[in-house]
Parts: sequence; structure tokens; C-alpha cells
Amino acid sequence: MPGTEVLSWIRTRFMPHIWCPGCGHGIIMHALIRALVALGKDKKQTVVASGIGCSSRMAGYIDACTLHSTHGRSLAFATGIKMHRPELTVVDVMGDGDCSAIGGNHFIHACRRNIDITAIIMNNNIYGMTGGQASPTTPAGAWASTAPYGVIDPSFDLCRLAEGAGASYVARTTIANPKQAETYIMNGIRKKGFSVIEVITHCHTQFGRKNDRRLPFDNYKYFKEASVPLTKAKTMTPEELAGKLVCGEFVDREVPEYTGQYAKVIENARKRG
Amino acid sequence: MAKKFKIGINNAWCKGCSLCIGVCPKSVLELSDRMKSTPARENDCIGCRQCENICPDFAITIREGEENAR
Repeated sequence: MPGTEVLSWIRTRFMPHIWCPGCGHGIIMHALIRALVALGKDKKQTVVASGIGCSSRMAGYIDACTLHSTHGRSLAFATGIKMHRPELTVVDVMGDGDCSAIGGNHFIHACRRNIDITAIIMNNNIYGMTGGQASPTTPAGAWASTAPYGVIDPSFDLCRLAEGAGASYVARTTIANPKQAETYIMNGIRKKGFSVIEVITHCHTQFGRKNDRRLPFDNYKYFKEASVPLTKAKTMTPEELAGKLVCGEFVDREVPEYTGQYAKVIENARKRG
Repeated sequence: MAKKFKIGINNAWCKGCSLCIGVCPKSVLELSDRMKSTPARENDCIGCRQCENICPDFAITIREGEENAR
């Protein structure tokens, strides 16, 4: 809630923010700040890194140690920060294109290394800032400015990608459930290891306008109807699950964390030397 | 007696996206003629804070009314 604690995490001189009215990125930023406040984090010990895109504007509005880096490479920058100062809390905010297309390689290798970074992916199914081009997560059949007859390529399932690549915490939720997003972000930050939280959001300006979800509230209603909890999804057939958004915690496992392993390497090398 | 809540709206930050109006279970909020969210029926507010959490612009603050403290 934007009490004084939440507002103290915002660079109020830049508000109101640049996002369109009703943009889901603001809802995710709100959930992230609530999670950081609830965990009692210190602004000087928290790093928020971002790449390029609408979503990556978020780093500019949060009053912590923030870094606005190059397109898709935010995870590489965040890995560097975490390796140098393992005691910091590092959160990486990315868009779907930033994470899965331009930064796809950085993403899978950060998952594989299992470095203690919390990656929040704001999946709005399109490249919103540059004019509505199809991204790897645009659903098949949807309109995009580079696919005027509908997208034909199958879309990415980012949670399954992260799971397969070896992340230690993977969860998905939608902006229609901001409290759940807050809980998952809190769990992800608490987790020692690479955590991926995919928050499905909307771009009513570029995506919704041409896909019958013109208003922010139309998107909210769609997410409410289409989201299915993970426990219920397990009892459903693949035909029933077509077009649904399965929300829940997919992976929560204990895997050795990278900075801890690296500290051991340093220790061993010093012993030998 | 039912609790009372105060709805604070920061008009400088509100962009009139109407998400809060849609999520409110008690239809407390309305869009003003200046396209800002306004608490038209503040007495009906049950303090669920859904509007506060869904607001992308950090414009809504719900506080418990002072008369509840007694």
C-alpha cells in the first residue's frame, strides 16, 4: 500500500511515471516495492537492474541502487554485481523480449549457474515501446505490427524454460492478482538461488488495441477468467488448458548457489597457494 | 459498528485508467469529469485495499478512519 514506507522507495520527482494509463508495469512495481518493504530491505543494500524497454523504466523510479543497462544484458550486469558483492539483494526486472529474445542466452545461463538473483519478467506478449512487434511470447494467432495476419510461430513458455535451465524458484502470476505477485516476489527474494517470477501483464496500447482487449479493465477481466491455479491445472486435460494461464509456484528446490560455490573455490585456491 | 475508511487520491498522479473503479466490490469509486478517480460513496468502503494494490500510479491510499480507534 502506498503508505509512507512504499512512497519512500519511489523517486517521487519522476512521478507520475511514463507508462500509459492502466499499464500493468506500475502494478508490478507496486508489488515489488511492497515485497521489499515487507522483507525489511535496506535501500543501500538493494540493487535493481534493468535492460531496455517499457518495463526497464522501472529501475528509474525505484529509489534503491539502480542500474539501467543494455538491451537483454541486464542479467550479465546483475551477475557482475552479485559476484563482486554477494551480500547485496539483486533484483533484475525484465520485459518478455528483453528476457527471452535479446537476452535469451543470458537468461538460460543465469538459470544454469543458479546465482542468487531474483528475475522478475513482465510478460506483456509484445514489444510495446517500439511499436507492437511480435515477441517470442506473443500467442499464436494474435495480431502484431510485424504479423498483420496473425502470429504463426508457437510462443515461449518462460516458466518451463527456466525450469529446464535449472532455476531454483519459478513462479507465474498475473497482474489481476497483485497480492499473489507480492508473495511470489517475496519468496523469490528470500530464496538462495536464481528465482524467476513471470508476471503476466498487458499492453493495451499496442497489443490489446488490436486483440479485443482495448481497455486496462478488459485485460484484468481476461486474466481473471483465463488464469488457472497450478493444483487445478494438474487435473485438467491439455485440450482444456489451451489458451489458459497456469499460475502458481512451479519449482522450489535447493540447488547449490553460485556465489557460495565460488567462495569455496577461492578458499581452496588459497589453501593450496 | 462497521469500520470507516478514508480514501486518499493523489490527483496529480492519477491518470484515470479506471482499474480501481472496475475492481471495487462496492462501487465506491467513480471517474470525475476531469477523468480522475474520486470516492463517490466513501461510506460504503470495506477497506479491502484492492484498488490500492491494483493502482499502477500509486495514487490511492486507504486509511482506517480515526473514529475506529475508540
